[in-house]
Amino acid sequence: MDVSQYLDMFIEESKEHLQACSEQLLALENNPDDLAIVNEVFRAAHTLKGMSATMGYEDIANLTHKMENVLDAIRNSKISVTTEILDVVFEAVDDLELMVQDIESGGDGKKDVSKLVDTLNRIEAGQPLDLATEPAATTEEALIEVVTSTGIHYDEFELTVISQSAEQGFNALEITVTLRDDCLLKVARVFMTFEILEKSGEVIKTIPTVEQLENEDFDQKFTIVLLTQEDAEDLKAKVLKVSEIEDVHITHITDEYVQKYKQAPLNNSEAELEVIDTTSMPVAKAITTKEAPKETIKTKKVTSSNSNKTIRVNIDRLDILMNLFEELVIDRGRLQSIASELHNPELNESVERMTRVSGDLQNIILNMRMVPVETVFNRFPKMVRQLARDLNKKIDLEIIGAETELDRTVIDEIGDPLVHLIRNALDHGIEMPEERIANGKPEIGTVTLRAYHSGNHVFIELEDDGAGVNRERVVGKAIERGIVSPEAADSLTNKQVAELILASGFSTAASITDVSGRGVGLDVVKNTIESLGGHISIDSTEGKGSLFQVQLPLTLSIISVMLVELDKEIYAIPLSSIIETAIIQKADILNAHNQPVIDFRGTIVPLVDLKDIFEMKNRSNDEDEFQSIVIVRKGESLAGLVVDSFIGQQEIVLKSLGEYLQSVFAISGATILGNGQVALIIDCNALIK
Amino acid sequence: MTKATEVSDMKVIVFQLMNKEYAIGLDVVESIEKSLSITRVPRMPSYVKGVLNLRGVVTPVVDLRERFDMEYKEFDETSCIIIVSHAGSEVGLIVDDANDVMDVPISAIGPQPEVVGSVESEFISGVAKVGKRLLVMLNLEKVLQPIKKGNADEF
Repeated sequence: MDVSQYLDMFIEESKEHLQACSEQLLALENNPDDLAIVNEVFRAAHTLKGMSATMGYEDIANLTHKMENVLDAIRNSKISVTTEILDVVFEAVDDLELMVQDIESGGDGKKDVSKLVDTLNRIEAGQPLDLATEPAATTEEALIEVVTSTGIHYDEFELTVISQSAEQGFNALEITVTLRDDCLLKVARVFMTFEILEKSGEVIKTIPTVEQLENEDFDQKFTIVLLTQEDAEDLKAKVLKVSEIEDVHITHITDEYVQKYKQAPLNNSEAELEVIDTTSMPVAKAITTKEAPKETIKTKKVTSSNSNKTIRVNIDRLDILMNLFEELVIDRGRLQSIASELHNPELNESVERMTRVSGDLQNIILNMRMVPVETVFNRFPKMVRQLARDLNKKIDLEIIGAETELDRTVIDEIGDPLVHLIRNALDHGIEMPEERIANGKPEIGTVTLRAYHSGNHVFIELEDDGAGVNRERVVGKAIERGIVSPEAADSLTNKQVAELILASGFSTAASITDVSGRGVGLDVVKNTIESLGGHISIDSTEGKGSLFQVQLPLTLSIISVMLVELDKEIYAIPLSSIIETAIIQKADILNAHNQPVIDFRGTIVPLVDLKDIFEMKNRSNDEDEFQSIVIVRKGESLAGLVVDSFIGQQEIVLKSLGEYLQSVFAISGATILGNGQVALIIDCNALIK
Repeated sequence: MTKATEVSDMKVIVFQLMNKEYAIGLDVVESIEKSLSITRVPRMPSYVKGVLNLRGVVTPVVDLRERFDMEYKEFDETSCIIIVSHAGSEVGLIVDDANDVMDVPISAIGPQPEVVGSVESEFISGVAKVGKRLLVMLNLEKVLQPIKKGNADEF
């Protein structure tokens, strides 16, 4: 059976199910008595088991099966939920994730899971979790096999399937087909038999295996185990219609065998068990995801309650759509500029209409590429739980606004910086429980991860109620590392001091710990966020906690800019950096230590002469007594960019300058204007120190 | 027969710089453009004329005369921009004139003689003698070394 075409779907869905498992397990830890949650996990694990068995990933199937057994025991109140048990289950989920990742990167998804399987077995059997005992003996016991009268071996997993289907009124039939001695096309006959049987039920096992059958690696006989509601005689008649078949023999797998299996793990009755090696354990390859009818019914219920209809679209197609739309935006700009020259009312009207429609279209396309930050956030609860245990701290992670949406390209990049920030908050922010109690704080530290929209930006905030930034230590370190001079340090505000920890070459932890400080500091975080066109700031009160605020653009490809003119050249300044535009009198320009500055609403703002920076020959004419400036900001610092005139605001498509021109100073990219000309986009971050 | 000629011949585009003939392989040439409006990029070496809009793609333009430290010449009616595809992106080369596509037998391409002219030898991959014409083969790899902060400051 060729399953490679389903691989993508398998990986995608496995990830979803594993994510569901993790989320529900975390919920279970907080409500150990809520059996509905156990059911949810059970369902996810069960589906995963079926899928992985179908795809031939035996280790995943094996591990999920054991996990399912433990969950079943919890569900039936045989064992109660403890942190230790959940630790093991979490570990199993982690291993499953690793295996799925391995498959995704082209591996075979194999992993030695025998130790975990053993631990799960002992949990299921209600044995104490003493990790010191040698697990080897029990591992083998766990792998039971039942032999039926026809001499076919069934493993535990297959028996579960059989017994579950029996509850649903499906019979398990062993169908032994004997081909005629003179049969020429054995594979063809096998195929035809399969086709008939698959119409009436689910094939769960074949002897010999499907591969062997396909390679004609068998004599005249083969056996198929089928789950069906049809009558054995009818099936026999159907199969006999295939030519060149000598005989068909059908036996029922009765409940007896299944019962044997059910009691086996509890009684450990050696007589009925046959111990086999893990590696040679046969797992049915022909099982489909629908192997248990019970499961399909459940899934249907879930989907019907979820009435939102969705389709999966390949991200490449959305990218193509976006590229085509970008072309359209450029042409729209061109039409606008032609129309404004021609002054034809009808043309103006239709151009306006087109602008509106394409604006709506732009919103829809951008929205399609939006992904909730949840996809990044949902791995954090498990990470925080694990880290808190490693650090012996008590920490609550609160997530607010996980449904906030961000462009897919931003989402892909933002994960690592956030992991870094969270690790930092847990390691350096939150104090040890004793220290917290001594300081009159609640024992459990709270870390809040918050996401929300504001204007054209998305904010992601990480707030902790930990120790905050220690001004003296940070300033001391910054001076020692040569990041600030001792004189300058005195005049820094608390916010500026806090932001020193983002400077490169700074690491506050006295010793390098496993958790954060791996030699790379928070400056990496800062760089990543700034490369996304975002911005990070820190507010911290010593003893009360810190707030890291990350501001990100909604999208990276189409941005709003202010077009300005500089000596007949047109430049674009991103609106996201602009505070306001102003026209000032030349007389108001002051001079502070050879640096022209203006007094802008009470703040001293340095002026940046763009013509100087962009090496323009034609200096501004001194006769004009007014000067246009654009006030831009980078974080808290402001600067006034001196320009000749403002042209207006426009939506533009961001384009790169290409491989040949790498890193042009103060230029972040280019765009194509309505008249077909290229305009350069000014990188305000480079202009403000 | 035809196969043999394919192997031994190389199609090149011949262009003029200071009345000398140069050639680059046809396989790297995307198109030849007449005057297009070029946007200056600040703080670049003088031979980088800027960027232009080539059917929606922002394409940098290099003036080959200046790249080879030759005398500067205004863009005139014979001047044109050869768009070459190099290292995955496109770059335009401003040349005095480009008017010929010809087959050069590979056997006619030899190493550069020491006295060939003012062009720095590192930019040249060889010299081809076809009949009475002498074609200087360009080494695009060297001519189009990416402009980084480091080497832009040299100028």
